[in-house]
Amino acid sequence: MTEKTILYRGAEAEICLSNYMGFKAVQKKRVRKAYRIKDIDDRLISFRTKEEVKLITGARRQGVSVPIIYDVDLEDGTITMEYIEGKRVKDILNELSEGERARICEKIGENIAKLHNNDIIHGDLTTSNMMLFYDHIYFIDFGLGEKNGEVESKGVDLHVLMEAIESTHSRHANCFDYVLDGYKKELKEDANLVVKKIEEIVKRGRYR
Amino acid sequence: MVDKPNLFYIIPDLQLSIMICVGIEGTAHTIGVGIVDGTGKKCNVLSNIIKIYRPKQGGIHPREAANHHASYVADLIKESAEKAQVDFADIDLISFSKGPGMGPCLRTAATAARALSLSLDKPIMGVNHCVAHLEIGRGTLDDCKDPVLLYTSGANTQITAFAEGKYRVFGETLDIGIGNCLDKFGRNMGMEFPCGPKIEELARKGKKYLKLPYSIKGMDVAFSGLLTSAEQYHKKGESLEDICYSMQETTFAALTEVTERAMAHTEKNEVLLGGGVASNKRLRNMVQTMAKERDAHFFAPSTDLCIDNGAMIAWLGLLMYNSGIRMKVEDSFIDQRFRTDMVDVSWRD
Repeated sequence: MTEKTILYRGAEAEICLSNYMGFKAVQKKRVRKAYRIKDIDDRLISFRTKEEVKLITGARRQGVSVPIIYDVDLEDGTITMEYIEGKRVKDILNELSEGERARICEKIGENIAKLHNNDIIHGDLTTSNMMLFYDHIYFIDFGLGEKNGEVESKGVDLHVLMEAIESTHSRHANCFDYVLDGYKKELKEDANLVVKKIEEIVKRGRYR
Repeated sequence: MVDKPNLFYIIPDLQLSIMICVGIEGTAHTIGVGIVDGTGKKCNVLSNIIKIYRPKQGGIHPREAANHHASYVADLIKESAEKAQVDFADIDLISFSKGPGMGPCLRTAATAARALSLSLDKPIMGVNHCVAHLEIGRGTLDDCKDPVLLYTSGANTQITAFAEGKYRVFGETLDIGIGNCLDKFGRNMGMEFPCGPKIEELARKGKKYLKLPYSIKGMDVAFSGLLTSAEQYHKKGESLEDICYSMQETTFAALTEVTERAMAHTEKNEVLLGGGVASNKRLRNMVQTMAKERDAHFFAPSTDLCIDNGAMIAWLGLLMYNSGIRMKVEDSFIDQRFRTDMVDVSWRD
């Protein structure tokens, strides 16, 4: 590893371009935050790093496209993983044709179902955390994810995506319906339970 | 999305812009009357008087609060006009908080606004309380142009920003508002409403961090579990100072984190505070530190404009009117569930 190029500066981590034994890699380093006390900072950084690695490897085992993990440093809060070429779904979704958009969204839904079939909750399903590469949807940033089989968690997971689509792709808000179509197809348990849950969560929100 | 009839209509040809607006706020415990002047591009607050209902015990009783508001609103209007040195004849518009809030309180403020509008023969405008919190920051602070708002009060905890013609809610509480969380805890510890200032004072003396649930889902937050956990620490005999310190550190860290996430997501580099909890120095300090770390600008209105007040209602009414929006008195009913993202923001590009 030589000098670092920062690819993206997220809210909680920096993504640097890196190299792992000759493979093009990215390094995700959770940055220390001066605004929070050390107790909270330490706890969040090591816990989230460990959880994220567990979830990414878990997702891969279920056939969902995620970056390959090369190396982990818990104290430092660093994960070195495969570099994904391709584009953020956030940037391309509005530009696609209606049919293509529906197809991509269904694919997203199918993959989320694969995760949920194995109780993997992504925790931050937004279109900026999905990459399109060779017709595969790569899921990145499992930083807020958890292992949880409850319908509630699955509902909240999808609700986050629903809100993200409503705010970022408001002209194509029906995208979420396509996501649900794909989700229903792939989910092993009764998807209607989850869909009902989402409706309940929406109502639970303020002033609905 | 909730289907509601469109109560506003837009006049295509703009007449001369109006200048002086009186705003009546009454969504919860505060009845406020403010008068603003919009002659310049910025909001000039001429007067801003509030009166707060303080329940003797328990939380806000909506009817009691409304009675409180009804008994003070007329005097407040008079006092506000005197303080602003504005003649009633010079007032161009009456604005009121249409929602969200408690029905009886909203109705009291709206009734006062209607009476004033009809007796002065001046137009009326019902505005969204949450949007008003954001606009007063943009209106009164130099260089605050396109912020992400962290709006923290008793009932409301949301992170909003302008996107595609509306103020979108990027994150919000999934259960109780942060102010409500602090108030409920304080109340159970025998503190007086509002408990925030007392908790802040105690927290300053806290030294030991007690582990509390840190609950973030995407850009949403949740506080009810933390509240229960904090109360259990008290039962176990932990000191109030340490509990308050830990509550503030945990909840504010979560709020600051989701705000930062929203800023990263929307690619905006301004952050604005609003709501009663925004007067907490620790929260201000945390958000300011976060802003500094990402080279963003930090804005916080003065405390009297952070808490619920009439001036912000007046300013939003003026913005809406001058962008061509009109409202008839017969359509000026309230909406307890008036969401931030139901408002078409036609006064911004």
